[in-house]
Amino acid sequence: MPFLTLRLCVKPNKPLTTSPISNNKFKLVFAAGWVAWAMVHYSVLLNFGITHAEAICDSLISNLTLATCCIIVSNNMRYYLPKQEKYWYVLVISFGMGCVWMIAYRSLLWLFFHKHTTYMQVLDQSSTIRFGIAFLVIGFMATINLLWYTQKEQQEADERKTEAEKIARESELFKLRQQLQPHFLFNSLNSISALTGSQPEKARHMIEQLSDFLRGTLKKDEQQWSSFEEELQYLQLYLDIEKVRFGYRLQTEITHDEGTLQMKLPSMLLQPVVENAIKFGLYDTIGEVCIAITTKNVNGTLEVTVQNPFDKETSQPLQGTGFGLASIQRRLFLLFARHDLLQTKTINDHFITTITIPQII
Amino acid sequence: MKAIIIDDEPLARSMVREYLGTYSEIEIMQECNDGFEGLKAIQQHQPDIIFLDIQMPKINGFEMLELIENPPHVIFTTAFEEYAIKAFETHAVDYLLKPFSKERFDKAIKKLLQQQNTTPTQTQAVLDDVSQSPAQSSRIVVKDGGKIKIIPVAQVQYLEAADDYVKIFTADGSFLKKKTMQYFEQSLPPQQFIRVHRSYIINAQLITRIDPYEKDGHLVLLSTGARLPASKAGYMKLKEVLGI
Repeated sequence: MPFLTLRLCVKPNKPLTTSPISNNKFKLVFAAGWVAWAMVHYSVLLNFGITHAEAICDSLISNLTLATCCIIVSNNMRYYLPKQEKYWYVLVISFGMGCVWMIAYRSLLWLFFHKHTTYMQVLDQSSTIRFGIAFLVIGFMATINLLWYTQKEQQEADERKTEAEKIARESELFKLRQQLQPHFLFNSLNSISALTGSQPEKARHMIEQLSDFLRGTLKKDEQQWSSFEEELQYLQLYLDIEKVRFGYRLQTEITHDEGTLQMKLPSMLLQPVVENAIKFGLYDTIGEVCIAITTKNVNGTLEVTVQNPFDKETSQPLQGTGFGLASIQRRLFLLFARHDLLQTKTINDHFITTITIPQII
Repeated sequence: MKAIIIDDEPLARSMVREYLGTYSEIEIMQECNDGFEGLKAIQQHQPDIIFLDIQMPKINGFEMLELIENPPHVIFTTAFEEYAIKAFETHAVDYLLKPFSKERFDKAIKKLLQQQNTTPTQTQAVLDDVSQSPAQSSRIVVKDGGKIKIIPVAQVQYLEAADDYVKIFTADGSFLKKKTMQYFEQSLPPQQFIRVHRSYIINAQLITRIDPYEKDGHLVLLSTGARLPASKAGYMKLKEVLGI
């Protein structure tokens, strides 16, 4: 529907939220201030030897017209706010509106009192000071409006920025959760392919395991948190597949504290850590490799330790934590705003990754 | 025809073995778990063809090939797509992406049988070609007598040109590798290793002093005590990298 799209595109410039005058509290202050000012105006006029009626009328007319001018200025600024030269704009608009106001109230008063000579004389003599006051009042109104709208605009920009940052963070978290190594998938498929010839039963079993693992990956993309029990099941599936691939070379040792099974952690956090440990362990040494995974409840926080052997002579694990761990670190930072939740160390021939997960939910 | 299968996954090896079952003219001499076993087996059996995985324990398939004087024909079998270009630059017979079908495998064998009469020494020449555009690596694999030594680049103090070889100096002594200076200039991290002279590349992290020497030259002193000459151009490069 091109017509509709066109209509949507030429949407008129949206006015900035609300004007300060639409605020009830402000309205009250505005009205009260003006009543007080009208009374001062009236009593000052009495000193110039004019009648009560003339003074009341003068005060009412000039203040009502001035208030109208102020509201016009405020509303005008709601739709148009100069980006540059803001203060010049205030000066010009105050001067312009001041002139408009002079013409308006003088014409009105002339209609009523053009036969009262004394009054007309007072009116003429006070023109300059009246203009000065009107200029200041309108200027004051315009400045308040300017500050109000600028602040509103700033606020909205901030909100947009926060929103944009939130979206970026979410999508980054999503991507970090989704990093399934394609090599893992292809190598597993290759193992299945090899098994189909010699041991079709085993091949079928591995297909089931791989499907469960992939299903878990898809499902967990949606949820941010899992219990350690769920993560452990998922991890076990992954380890079983890897064991088929690497045969006797890969051994695992999983120990966990009783209380840790129900503790929460970001979903799919452990699998990449273990994958990293396996890669590191298997490709850096020859012979059997034992990957040890231990969880502990340390004063209410979940501590997961993953340990793998490595060769001190040829690797510098502390230098390059590798992409696997860098993305874990990033994820933990995005979730907890802390950089110290992932620690790595080496003890003799073992590389140890420790992840601490605060239980915030 | 003698063949050797080198792959760290037993099932992956059994796959190649199964596919080779239909070729009576190809005999599998040995199956190897890693590059070390592979090297030994190649020396022992002098195979005509090796089926080689790339990601393996300790040294990868390419590093293993670099250590062989006259490499046999190679068919790579790997799940890594990203090494294909490098593999073909080594004039590999074929590059099989796991999992591969019997048909695809047969095609590779057909190619192999066609190339059988060409000398595989070609592979060596091409390995040197690859050295024109080496990927940045974090370690150097060398032969040290009968043993294989893996040197992390951070442990390299400096390199010295020695005819067809490059002498690599580390705290454990020096090692020879049949490569060009240019190869190392390109494959070592450029912020850390600077070619200060036609015959020297030094580890900039070890520099303790630079003194003027003779007319246009300089002498670089390393924390290990080594004193190495820097040419005029080399000195300029040093100044640029060190920000002086």
